This record gives sequence, structure tokens and C-alpha cells, in this order.
Amino acid sequence: MYFAISAAILVVMVLALARALLGPTVYDRILAVNMFGTKTVLLIAVFGLISGRFDYIDIALVYALINFISIVAVLRFFEYGDHREQES
Amino acid sequence: MLAVTALSVVFMRDLFAIVMLFGIYSLLSAGFFVTMEAVDVALTEAAVGAGVTTVLMLGTLAMTVRKEKARVKPSSLLPLAVVTITGLVLIYGTLDMPYMGDPDAPVHQHVAPRYIEQSYEEVGMPNIVTSVLASYRGFDTLGEVVVIFTAGLGVLTLLGVSGDRRHEKRPAVMEHHLVLKVITKALIPLILLYALYIQFHGDYGPGGGFQAGVIFGAAIILYTIIFGLTKGEQVITPLFLRYMMGAGVLIYGGTGVLSLLLGGNFLDYDVLAHDALHGQHYGILAVEFGVGVTVTAVMISIFFNFTGRSTLSKDEE
Amino acid sequence: MAGILDMLSWFFLVGGGFLGITGAVGLFRFPDFYTRLHAASVTDTLCAGFIVLGLVLQATDAMMVFKLVMILLILTYTSPTAAHALAKSALHGGLKPLTDLDANNKSGAESTQPEGESPSTP
Repeated sequence: MYFAISAAILVVMVLALARALLGPTVYDRILAVNMFGTKTVLLIAVFGLISGRFDYIDIALVYALINFISIVAVLRFFEYGDHREQES
Repeated sequence: MLAVTALSVVFMRDLFAIVMLFGIYSLLSAGFFVTMEAVDVALTEAAVGAGVTTVLMLGTLAMTVRKEKARVKPSSLLPLAVVTITGLVLIYGTLDMPYMGDPDAPVHQHVAPRYIEQSYEEVGMPNIVTSVLASYRGFDTLGEVVVIFTAGLGVLTLLGVSGDRRHEKRPAVMEHHLVLKVITKALIPLILLYALYIQFHGDYGPGGGFQAGVIFGAAIILYTIIFGLTKGEQVITPLFLRYMMGAGVLIYGGTGVLSLLLGGNFLDYDVLAHDALHGQHYGILAVEFGVGVTVTAVMISIFFNFTGRSTLSKDEE
Repeated sequence: MAGILDMLSWFFLVGGGFLGITGAVGLFRFPDFYTRLHAASVTDTLCAGFIVLGLVLQATDAMMVFKLVMILLILTYTSPTAAHALAKSALHGGLKPLTDLDANNKSGAESTQPEGESPSTP
């Protein structure tokens, strides 16, 4: 069933979220959010196939683009940032 | 997952990490909306919440501090009590409401069936959300466009109209990311094309003016992020953006006035063409276009303003 | 024919799920940011590719296939680029990768080198 795939993707998302909360450096968190975003795209596409509505794939497409833009924006604002500033 | 994210947002101090977590939060909300089969809302949430909001919050962070100040703790008993009581009262109030999706609820008895059954005959497009948004509740959408326009005006008033000219002497921040530059140059036309698709396909699938405007703005923001503010302002000058902001609202209001002049009520699309259905089509097309134009202009304006004042990047020194 | 398509799509979907979980586990087990980046980005792109291919084989409509292929192209285009940009940013920001030197210095008590001799630089 498709539910197995959705469950697998959800597990990955939970793990990525944990890494986003833990990650010692900021770059770890950015990586985790990137992975979370890609998995959300896949999750929405799988949902679209489960429920049979074609519209969900549009959302997945938009989200794939927005994920990329968001990561690039984070890097730009953090370009010469301090990874040494750890979580106190 | 939503609860965990929300709680961690409250307790963390590093503002940068909080912005990242906000991105995750809005993703989860979009997932929620998808499970509830609210496709248009999910599209808007994905485009706005995870993309533009994160970018604008990062822009704000670049202008302010990075860590939240340690909170002086007066007694927090009283606020906690007020919040808890309010929350309990709200929950008690909702106990009386019918269950979500209950077919006996008054909404489903009177209002919704009218829209669902008659929307196709009266408006002629399959997407009921768009027909309700742009035609049945056209006044509300006019209000929304004016609100967005006012937000843009507010930012321009508070932060200054033409911004600093300092950025013209700096090189672009992301000069050495060659791979990123090449890939983005190939990707941006596709994003713009997709934004246009969503704008005009809003009649048949999810989409419409708001989402299309946000995606269009996001594409220009991507260009500005990678190639620098100077080049970004050469692509779309701030003066043109200001005209665009007003033009969008003008198009919307103008459609209403046009239908007044043609003999109908304000924003009554039936009179715009020889036939009621065609009139509705033209009216909704024009109105959504106005919405898209204003949203794009406001997004890009706010971003240009924030970036022009950013003091984080080192090439200021 | 439908049975073969189904089986093929199942193979892709399950493979994609397995790759995804591997990547997420890798996020936790690797010691350093750069190694985690390697695990996450490679498996992420492959997982996305496999799952979308599996969905394409299950699709019923030509428009759906086209959109899914677009998603596949976009993810293949942007996911490695984002990882590259992230690595470059981290390097510029000063984050140093974990080298063998660090490991030797840390496990000084268990190393088999004789006393007083510094580890040779490669």
C-alpha cells in the first residue's frame, strides 16, 4: 500500500526534525530543513496519488521551487556568518 | 510534530534557528491543509509561509540582533492564568459548534449548497474556490488587495522610499558561487512561466492571483539574492514597482467601476460582456490579474527595502 | 502489462523509501557536518528520483506524468546545487572538516605511537 511509503517518508521527516532541533552548528539545521522540504514535496505527491486528485502535484511543484529559493536565501543572509556561535 | 516545533520555537534563543523552525512549521501546516483537501489554501501556505516569509524574516534578522535577549522574569503567573482561562473558554465555546463536515450544520444547509450547486451555472468555471473568492465575495477580495497594498505602503513609509545608495559600491555577496549562478539563470525563466501558469489556470485548478503573485515575486527575489541588489534593481526599478502596486488595485477597482458604468452594480461581472458567463470569465480574469500584480510588487518592494539596509554582510567594511 | 508496471513501480517506491530512511539515519550517525551533508544530499536526490519514477508508473493521466517529470527535473537540478552551495558556504564560514589529525589527537591514549613523537602530517 501507499501508506507504507507515506509512513516511511514521515519517519524520515521526524528524524530530520530532530536533527534540526539538535544540530550543533547552524549548517546542520539548514541541511535538515532542506531535507525536510524535499520530503514534504514527496509526501504531497504521494498524497495526491492516494486521493486521486491531480491538483496536489501543482502544490508539490510549487513547494520544490520554494524550498530551493528558501535555502539560497538562508545562505545569502548567512554568508559570512559565525558557525562558532553555538547554542548556549 | 507541529506541537514539538511550536514548543521548541518558544524555548529556543537562537533567532536564526527559530526562523528555520518556522519554515518547518509552515510546511507542516501546508501538509495539514493537504490532508483536509483544501488545495488552494495549501498552495498559498506553501508559497507564502515557507518561502517569502522565511526570506523576509531573515532580512529582518540581518538588520537586527541574532540572539534573543535574556528575558527578565517578573511573575509570569498572571499572564499564564489569563491565557489558560481564555483558552478554556474558547474550547468550551467550540463544544457547541457542529462537527467539522457535519451535513446538518447550518453552513452546509444554506450557504454551501448554493455555491456548490449553482456556481458552475452562474460563473462557469470548475474551481469553486476561485469563483467564491473573486465573484461571490468580490468585495472581500478587494479589501484583501487593499490591505496588501497598505502593507507595502507601510513598509515604504517606515523604511524610506529609495533606500540607501550604499549598495551600489559593494560587489554582490554571492560572487563566487559559480554553480549556483549558472543553475539559477536556467531556472528563473521556468519559475516565471510557472507563475503565469498558476495565475491563469486558477479557474480550473488550484491557483489564482495571490499564489501566482507570490511565486513571481519569489523568482525575482531569487535573482536579486544571487546577483546582488544593484542588478536586481536594474531588472525591475523601484519606481516601476511603485506604479505596479497602485496599478493592481486600480485594475481591481476599475473593473468594478466599469461594471457600474455598463449598467450593473459595482463588481457585478454579468454586464461586462454579451453573455453572463463570458462576463464572469472576463471579470474574474481581470480581477485576479490585478491581485497578482499588486502582490508581486509588494513582495519585491519589501525585499528590496530590507536588503538595501542589511548590515550583516562583511563587504560593508 | 499492468502487473509488470505495478511491480516496477513498487520496486521504485520501496527502493526510494529505503534510500530515504538510510539518509535520515545517516544524518544521525555521522560525526561531522560535511559527512552528514554527503549522506543527506546524495540519498535525498536519489530517494526523490526513485519515488517520483514510481509515481510516474502509477499515473493515469498524461498531464500528471508531465508534471511529475517536471518535479523530477527540478529536484535533480536544485537538490545537488543546494548541497554544493551549502558546503561552499560552510567552508567559507570557517567550519573545518574532521580530519584524521583530529581523530589521532583525540584518541591519544589509545594510539599505538611511541611517546613524544608527533603524528606525521600527510
